[in-house]
Amino acid sequence: MSKKYFITGGTLDDGSKKDIFISDGKISGYENPSNSGAEVINAEGKIVLPGLVDLHTHLREPGKEDSETVLSASRAGAKGGFTALSAMPNTSPVADTAGVVEQVLRLGVEAGFCDVFPIGAVTKNLDGADLSEIGAMADSAAAVRIFSDDGHCVSNPAVMRRALEYVKKFDGVIAQHAQDPDLTVNAQMNEGIVSSVLGLKGWPAVAEEAIIARDVLLTEHVQSRLHICHVTTAGGVEIIRWAKARGINVTAEVTPHHLLLTDDLAASYDPIYKVNPPLRTEKDVHALREALAEGVIDIVATDHAPHPAETKECEWQEAAFGMLGLETALSIITLTMVETKLLDWKGVAQRFSRTPARIGRYSNQGGDLRVGEMANLTVINPGASWRVDRDLVASRSRNTPFHGMELPGVISETFFRGVPTLRNSELIVQSNLGNNS
Amino acid sequence: MSVALPPADIARALTRIAHEILERNGGSSNLVLLGIPTRGAHLAHRIATIIEGIENTSVPVGTLDITLHRDDLRLRPPRTLMPTKIPTTGIEGKDVVLIDDVFFSGRTIRAALDALGEVGRPRTVQLAVLIDRGHRELPIRADFVGKNLPTSLDQSVKVHLTEIDGLDEVLIGKAEEL
Amino acid sequence: MKHLLSINDLSESEAIAILDTAVELARVSDAPMKKLPTLRGRTIVNLFAEDSTRTRISFEAAAKRLSADVINFSSKGSSVSKGESLKDTAQTLQAMGADAVIIRHQASGAPHRLASSQWMSGTVINAGDGTHEHPSQALLDAYTLRKHLMYGAKNLKGIHVAIVGDILHSRVARSNVMLLSKLGAEVSVVAPPTLLPVGIESWPAKISYDFDDLIPQVDAIMMLRVQSERMNELFFPNAREYSRYFGLNSDRVKKMKKESIIMHPGPMNRGLEITADVADSARSVIVEQVSNGVSVRMAILYTLLTGEGIESGALV
Repeated sequence: MSKKYFITGGTLDDGSKKDIFISDGKISGYENPSNSGAEVINAEGKIVLPGLVDLHTHLREPGKEDSETVLSASRAGAKGGFTALSAMPNTSPVADTAGVVEQVLRLGVEAGFCDVFPIGAVTKNLDGADLSEIGAMADSAAAVRIFSDDGHCVSNPAVMRRALEYVKKFDGVIAQHAQDPDLTVNAQMNEGIVSSVLGLKGWPAVAEEAIIARDVLLTEHVQSRLHICHVTTAGGVEIIRWAKARGINVTAEVTPHHLLLTDDLAASYDPIYKVNPPLRTEKDVHALREALAEGVIDIVATDHAPHPAETKECEWQEAAFGMLGLETALSIITLTMVETKLLDWKGVAQRFSRTPARIGRYSNQGGDLRVGEMANLTVINPGASWRVDRDLVASRSRNTPFHGMELPGVISETFFRGVPTLRNSELIVQSNLGNNS
Repeated sequence: MSVALPPADIARALTRIAHEILERNGGSSNLVLLGIPTRGAHLAHRIATIIEGIENTSVPVGTLDITLHRDDLRLRPPRTLMPTKIPTTGIEGKDVVLIDDVFFSGRTIRAALDALGEVGRPRTVQLAVLIDRGHRELPIRADFVGKNLPTSLDQSVKVHLTEIDGLDEVLIGKAEEL
Repeated sequence: MKHLLSINDLSESEAIAILDTAVELARVSDAPMKKLPTLRGRTIVNLFAEDSTRTRISFEAAAKRLSADVINFSSKGSSVSKGESLKDTAQTLQAMGADAVIIRHQASGAPHRLASSQWMSGTVINAGDGTHEHPSQALLDAYTLRKHLMYGAKNLKGIHVAIVGDILHSRVARSNVMLLSKLGAEVSVVAPPTLLPVGIESWPAKISYDFDDLIPQVDAIMMLRVQSERMNELFFPNAREYSRYFGLNSDRVKKMKKESIIMHPGPMNRGLEITADVADSARSVIVEQVSNGVSVRMAILYTLLTGEGIESGALV
């Protein structure tokens, strides 16, 4: 018999106060049966959310294990309240075959801290030209439903059209990294006032918006399903709003960093702020927050992008794009969306657990904390705060732009399949975790 | 903070220095006066005026900025350079009198001698100061002294001149008071 | 002030102090003995990751006239251009005991990285970084403008300067727009719209696409080098068309104000942005800019490298 747990005194995301009894990996009731022997977890003053689901994670394995592994990213995920991660395919080799996605799936199971759902590449080796073995990946043990060339845009409209059509066969979705490559050759940061002064090559908002506009129209034409990765501009929000009003089946994500940070941080020339897509302006940040609150942007996704130190300890234009995100995501959302009263906790659970699980067609994730569900959940103390320290991250890399910041929301527990992966904010290794699938 | 020299004493001291310079050099025919900015430059002009009153002939006067030759530049905030103006007669073979307001460690004068070496080779170099407050750190002495003012190291001496400060006076006091 | 990374590091009065100091240093430079003991025993490294003979020589002459020891760590073929990281280079310079590093780099912000990282502790002077800034060039241009147009005034109030050419990629333009406006000059930037950066409306400058319209109004015209490879990036159709609208030729010079001057930071593309006869004409102060450069750079070194013992806590 597996261990039993009783989470008492917490408030669920819908505002109701319920105790949660966990046994056999499931939420078994709202009361602690007498003599259950359950370990009692006091969640007084805390919020209980369904486990967070990240639709956009770079786990770097296979191939770039110096920056992250499936295990280290899974641990970072558990610390950040996640019970599911989605592995972007830009690994080495690229996840463009059933073999690679099954390997990533297996590594996730072995790590045992959360579900790792592989995302398949749209095109072979991310070359933007030839479709990868999309069907084989969908049929594989990994049952891939999301396909993306993330890091690259599927810029050829004919390729994009075919990909959108092809995934209809199994209810798949194309997650587009919207970036017109011809408008962003060697681009370094948002094109605007700050870039004009810093002399860094500009990355115009239109390079993102033009692709979003094109792809929602393609999606309408072929009646498929489109997901827009990391929307960063106010203009992009308007196009998505228009597309949704028109009934186009499009969803969109925003990253925590784009909800908080702006392009003026580049004035330090510290590449810790270099990210793709780039940090935009205050006006964009406000538009993104509003859009997430309204639901025009459906979900939050981290775009967790670990990089080794040497790729950031250099000149801006030589540096790698990307930032860590898993361990700070929920706190940034607490800061930018909850404390500003743009979202309540139910809204957070929708945008960071239920809707991403629905988009990815992930089973046993994004639940309603009902009896009988798999016990994937996270407990956060919104009243407490913590200081980000890049030397204390679970990730193998240290490239967090939030180093030194005091952030609200301390995650105390994460339960994955009824077993705590995080307890009193400490990671827990359990030897039988790997056998739970 | 107290007044060590009132205006009348300053005027008297400068007149005496002018006379002594003339006496030592047997007149003004080979003289060049070089003041060290900022206040030394004004003193040089005043002494030149006094000499002209006595001799009825003008004396070449110039200024010599010594900032670039200081040996303590690392320890001082950068200051804007003051003009160096050498009279058209030059200093070659002349009897040059360097003029400064307060004579202290001697380092300013050492720097002045270096700076002078780049301009030319005078026949003699002499030194006139309004105040000698002692505490020399180098084997340098003054030829003409307006007033010897015994001080302790934690004291500060400040010369005010009409041209810059609106009145003539020499103040002495604790460093932080001045 | 410890570093000179951007014109933003300077207040108006600090900039004027550097120009005033340069005036005195120019006088010294004219004297028979050109060497001053001011920076004796100090080590200055010329770190030139990108070729620029004239800027490097100018800084080297300035440092040597102040008796500093100069080490050239530069240009193509060295480890700097072979992908050695900026961090490793900086740590090497630190180990060599460099008091100051004069850096020219193809990456915008590389001097900021040197100055703000913990890789080295010396003074950093930006000698041109990518398409960002070239503050010593702007200071020497301000010096030249003041000398020719200001009749003893300390600042540049009342004059109008046109900066013409590839503003988008020009570090000289960025530094000059900021410095000249800070000193009170009116600045106009003139270029085809493709060569003006998005966001330029925030700059303290007027924007013009019409060179001919502006010529009779300005007191100085500063021409910028236009790299011919820009044609391949579609910034303008061809050299002939560029010259027709934005090149400075003798017909345009005839429309200039009587006392106005012509400047160019060099190296020039004779025949593209400026014709040979104009470059060599009486209005041109281009050669003088070069000699002013040494005095201004001496003033920069003097200003940054004196007084540092105070910050480091050394005893007086």
